[in-house]
Parts: sequence; structure tokens; C-alpha cells
Amino acid sequence: MAENQRILVCAGTGCASSGALPIIDILKEEIKRQGLEETVSVVGTGCQGFCEKGPTLVIEPQHILYTRVTKEDVEEIVSQELIKGERVERLLLIDQTTQKPVSLMSDINFFSKQHRIVLHNCGVIDPQKITDYTERDGYKGIQKALKEMSPEEVMEEVKKSGLRGRGGAGFPTGLKWGFCRQTPSDKKYIICNADEGDPGAFMDRSVLEGDPHSVIEGMLIGAYAIGADEGYVYCRAEYPLAIKHLEIAIKQAEEAGYLGDNILGSSFNFRLNVFAGAGAFVCGEETALMASIEGKRGMPRVRPPFPAVSGLWGKPTNINNVETWSNIPHILRNGAEWYTQFGTEKSKGTKIFALTGKVNNTGLVEVPMGTTLREIIFDIGDGIQGGKKFKAVQIGGPSGGCLPEDMLDLAVDYDTLTQAGAMVGSGGLVIMDETTCMVDIARYFLNFSKKESCGKCTPCREGTTRMYEILDRITKGEGKEEDLDTLENLAYTIKETSLCGLGQFAPSPILATLKYFRHEYEAHIHDHKCPAHNCTALLSYTIDTEKCKMCSLCAKNCPANCISGDKKTNTPYVIDEDKCIKCGTCMDKCKFGAISRA
Amino acid sequence: MCTACEELVDPKQIQLEEIINKHKHQNGPLIPVLQGAQEVYGYLPAHVLKHISKALRIPLARIYGVVTFYAQFRLTPVGRNLINICLGTACHVRGGAKIVETLEKELKISDGGTTEDRRFTLEVVACIGACGLAPVISINNEVHGRLVPESIAGILAKYE
Repeated sequence: MAENQRILVCAGTGCASSGALPIIDILKEEIKRQGLEETVSVVGTGCQGFCEKGPTLVIEPQHILYTRVTKEDVEEIVSQELIKGERVERLLLIDQTTQKPVSLMSDINFFSKQHRIVLHNCGVIDPQKITDYTERDGYKGIQKALKEMSPEEVMEEVKKSGLRGRGGAGFPTGLKWGFCRQTPSDKKYIICNADEGDPGAFMDRSVLEGDPHSVIEGMLIGAYAIGADEGYVYCRAEYPLAIKHLEIAIKQAEEAGYLGDNILGSSFNFRLNVFAGAGAFVCGEETALMASIEGKRGMPRVRPPFPAVSGLWGKPTNINNVETWSNIPHILRNGAEWYTQFGTEKSKGTKIFALTGKVNNTGLVEVPMGTTLREIIFDIGDGIQGGKKFKAVQIGGPSGGCLPEDMLDLAVDYDTLTQAGAMVGSGGLVIMDETTCMVDIARYFLNFSKKESCGKCTPCREGTTRMYEILDRITKGEGKEEDLDTLENLAYTIKETSLCGLGQFAPSPILATLKYFRHEYEAHIHDHKCPAHNCTALLSYTIDTEKCKMCSLCAKNCPANCISGDKKTNTPYVIDEDKCIKCGTCMDKCKFGAISRA
Repeated sequence: MCTACEELVDPKQIQLEEIINKHKHQNGPLIPVLQGAQEVYGYLPAHVLKHISKALRIPLARIYGVVTFYAQFRLTPVGRNLINICLGTACHVRGGAKIVETLEKELKISDGGTTEDRRFTLEVVACIGACGLAPVISINNEVHGRLVPESIAGILAKYE
């Protein structure tokens, strides 16, 4: 292979924890050993998105994808793929329909059905090199803004693009910028909200890890339009790699003259700081986030005044989330008109979703707004693990809701999801199958909201705890007739009266599951049964004497010593229900499938 | 005088001074200073908080309020190895609870506890963002994914 090749090894958090980092070094050594260092280069990239099959690597320019690569595979990849130009078949992805290996990314649904705007550089460039970013048109957006456009024109362009906030609420970005721009002040701030606390969402982390310069450029353009000269990126401390890459990127941008005074020879000045959060979900809320930067307890306050009028240290402040900022350079580079071709009438552009749970292809996917849930879960995600049956998809984290199978053809955008009782939120999609109990899921989210409630306002502090207690009781089989009414009453009251988004949306998981899966609640309360066989307290195990071979394996392994029987005297094995702790060990150990759960 | 000199000999104390001096003059120095101090000491001992209070001229009560608000800060020392068990949504639906159970049984401690030999501290966290590999745990920031209860013992053995 005389042609120059690049090997892109995913070094995002997912693949790194599957062992990607040593692969990069070994690959470099092996390439040198086999004398290919002149024509082949190795790049450690940010997240390529296909976490399920990690560590992944891509051979360019052909776009050949190798999955679940280990360091033992490196030599074979070099001698077979790079030297002979032949595929290493056992490391290729197996197409689930044809059961044949596929090598080209364009033949793999997971990639071919996506449309990557924000993730355009993620997994392709070395995030620690500014030149990798500029070679792919990086910083052209800010150059265009500073050289050809007034701040008003930049703002108009963003308004025309129809971009809406990707943090969850979907407020029009251009309009938000306008409020802050209009407030007269000697000092203004802009903030990037990277406090991605929603369990089940990791797109912001991947963008920061894989393409930090796009966030910096987006913020530069925003600062120019709004008239701010200082910015903060508020990033979760749980994301050390994202913070590291961002700090490297900021330093490089300063050296290249994109940050600092008189940027690109203009009179525009801008400084960017990184602030590591200290672990509080509520800090995703704007006013709590600013309190946290100021060094206080991160508690939200009453709005108005809105941050656009009085924000960080009392100055006008504009806050957008990572994905929103990262869209901006593309809008400036290609124009608002180009951007509006993607998406639906009221939700323009693309959205990144973190596809997780009981789905075959977990990972990060970017699709145009308006793509249906079915396409995301079954085409890109390749359906449910283990051939099980789809039950629900949870969208939008603790503030969102669960949607059932008959909603799968819903086109995902801000308005349709809100109408259906869920929300786009940050974009976490957790797929659930028939073994997931919906009451338990509601209980799980309320436990989360209860723990993360900052305690400032009563409806949220007390309400989430009371709702959790009721749900906990129901999953233990101690539910009462009136519980569902009480839950609904509480939910609406808390929704109406809480101070900030955390409390206002905390009841959503309950309301959505009650709307679509009420029968599961009723089965728990009336029949003392968990239809998904998930709630331990409601299970019962029995031994089928027909199938039992009296091998005594169950009795030997039972931690509660509640199984008795004897082969010699032909006494059948039985489980003492009173002593049984319902751990399921007996069922796992039985080789004859004689133990069943109900 | 002499005690002051002795204190300054402590390398941790010197590092703390450096952290304080680095952030003292910026807006909102408290949280970065606390994070730095915790990095140095492993937790936030009372004497360190008192020192920060004096150096930054922030009342100790306010500092205590901040320290107890955020999940990251701890007032008691941790074990040599910190295990974070993820119970985010993805880990929850893929059997994270079983992993918690196994770890608790194996180490004979519960959430927030430290083993008697100080080898491990166990903490349940909401999401470490490695959902693609659920269920996951991280030990000293090293992520272990696609876990089943049987894999726990082998992983623990790697940490002294």
C-alpha cells in the first residue's frame, strides 16, 4: 500500500477503559518495526461513538472499521491490513441481518444513518492538536464573523438558523443572546454549561474530549455577538479527560491568537476560564451554576432577574450548553440557510443522542431532528439485546419520561416529545426491555431527584422524598389503593410550585409511567406481582418436581438454607417461602431449568 | 516563630500555600482552593479548612456550608483505593445493583464506607458517563466496564 494511511484509534473514555490506550503505542511501534512509518500515521482521537464495540479503530482513507481490538491483534492488523491490504476478518463487525462481516463504515447502519454536524470532528482528529482542527475549516467561523460581519449580523444569522438550546428546554439561542446583548453593562460574561449531570447522557463529554476547539470557537462567536469579554466553561469534575483536553485547547488557542486581546487583529478581546464543578446535579440550573462559580453553595434563586440582566457577579450573563456552542461555528461557516435544511419546521439542525441500556449498539449518535425513535433504536441501534422485546425508551433523564412501543414512530423534536410527556432534555435515550419494571424506574429517578434536591424550596425537598417513599412501598408490595391518586396529586403540586427545573420536572418520570404503564402499578398494588419479575420482594420461586433431578445443587448454593429435599429417601426438593430471600441463586444454578420465578 | 517554621517544612503545607496563592486574587477562589487542598490531603481536615478560612478571609461557617453541599468534598479520610460504583440509568437497567451488592458483600462495607485496613472506600455515584460499557465501576478513576458479579474479585485483587 503506497498510499498514505491514517489509523484513527478511539481514545475516548469508553474505549480507553476497554484498553485502547496501550494499542496506540503498540501500533506505532509495530508500524515502525515493519518499516511503514513513512506512509502510515497513528492518531488517538476522541469518541468515535461506537462504544459498544470498543476499542474501535478506523483505517483512512478507506474508512475501514475494526472493532473490539486488543493489543494482541496489532501485529496482524499491520502485516495483513496495512502491508497486504487484506482485511482481518475476525475483527470486523458482523452484520446482524446477513450475518456476514462488513468492513466499510458506509455499509454499517450505525454510521451511515447518522448525520454528523457537531460530531463532524469527533473521532477523526487528534483533539490535542489545534492544527488538526484548523485543517478541517476550524476557526473559519470566527474569522468570517470578525472580518465580514457586525455583531448584529452574527446574531441575526444565529436567529435565522432556528438553533434552539440543546441543554434541554429548547429555548431559541439567537433570542437568548439578544436579551444579554441588549442589557447595557461595562462587563458581560458568557458561560458554557458542561455540567452534564443527567445519568445516561455523555454527549457533552464526548464533544469536549473529542473536539474542544469547536466549543471554544462557538463561544468566541457568541462573545463577539453579545459583547462579552470573558467566559467560563463549567465542567463536571467527574470528566477529567474533558477538562484536560479543554485546558490544552485553550492554551493552544491563546498561542495562536484566537483568545486574548485584539483577536485576529480586531479590537475584540476574549478570555476563557475552566471551572471544575464539585458534584451537584442542581448546578446544571443556570442560577445555581453561577452561584457555584462564585464560590457559594450551588442553589438556584428566583428569576427574574434573569441571568441576561443580572448574572455572574451581578453582570449580564449568557449561558448555553456544550452542544449548542458547538453548533455555532458550523452555522457561521456554512450560513443559516444551510443549517435550516436539517430538522423539522420548529426544531432545526441535528441532535446528539446517547443510546444506552438494553440496545445492541450502545454509543453516541447524531441525527437530524425529526428522525423517529424507531429509526434510532432499531436501525442505528440494531434493536434490543438478546432478542428480547422492547418495552420503553426513557428520554431526557430524571426530567423526562418513558415512552411505550406505540410511540416509536414519533418524530423526535422538542415539541412532539413535550406533548407526549417526555422531553428531548440533554438527549439520553435509555432503552428498556420486558425485564425492566416501570415502577422501579420511576422509583430510581425519584431516588435520584430526592438525593440531588438542594433543599432550598419545600415542594422539591419534601415532595420528592414523599413520592419516593410511596414508590418504594409499591415496589415492596406494600402499596395501598389510594397511592396512585396521592402520587398524581403530589406530582402536579410539585410541578407547579417548585423553584427551579429540578423540582418542576422531578415528577415527570412518575407522570409518564402512570400515563403509559398504569397497569404495572396496579399489578404491584392489587396483585402483589411485578410483571417484569424485577421487584425482589414480589417474586416467588418454585421447583418443578417433574423436571427436578434431585441433584441438590440449589440447596447447596442457597445462602438462606431454605431449600430441602433428599434423593435417598426420594423427598422432593422444595423452597421454604418464608425463609427465601429471593436472591435467585437457585434458579441460576439449576442445570435442568426446574426452578421458575413468578 | 519556631512552630511556624516547622509547619512550613511540611510539604503538604507548602503545596497548600501555593494553591491558595494561585487562586487568592481571582474571583470566587473558594471551590478551586478546596479542590486543590483535597487533592493534596486526600480529604479536608479541620485544620486545613481553618487555614483556608483565614487565608481567603471567608468565614469558616460559610466554608463548611460549601464543603457539605458538594458531593466531591469529604471531611473524613478515604481508603487507598476509591471505588465509584456507577448507578446511572444505563447501569441501573443493566444490573448495576447486583454489582453494588457483590462489592458490598466482598468488602463488607456499604456505600460511603471504608474497609478496616483502609484498602478500599466504596461510593455509589450517579453517572460517570461510560454508559456504553454499563454496568461500570471506576477505581481511582480507572474505568472497568461490562461487569458481571463474577468479575469483581479479579478486579479488586489488582489494587493493594
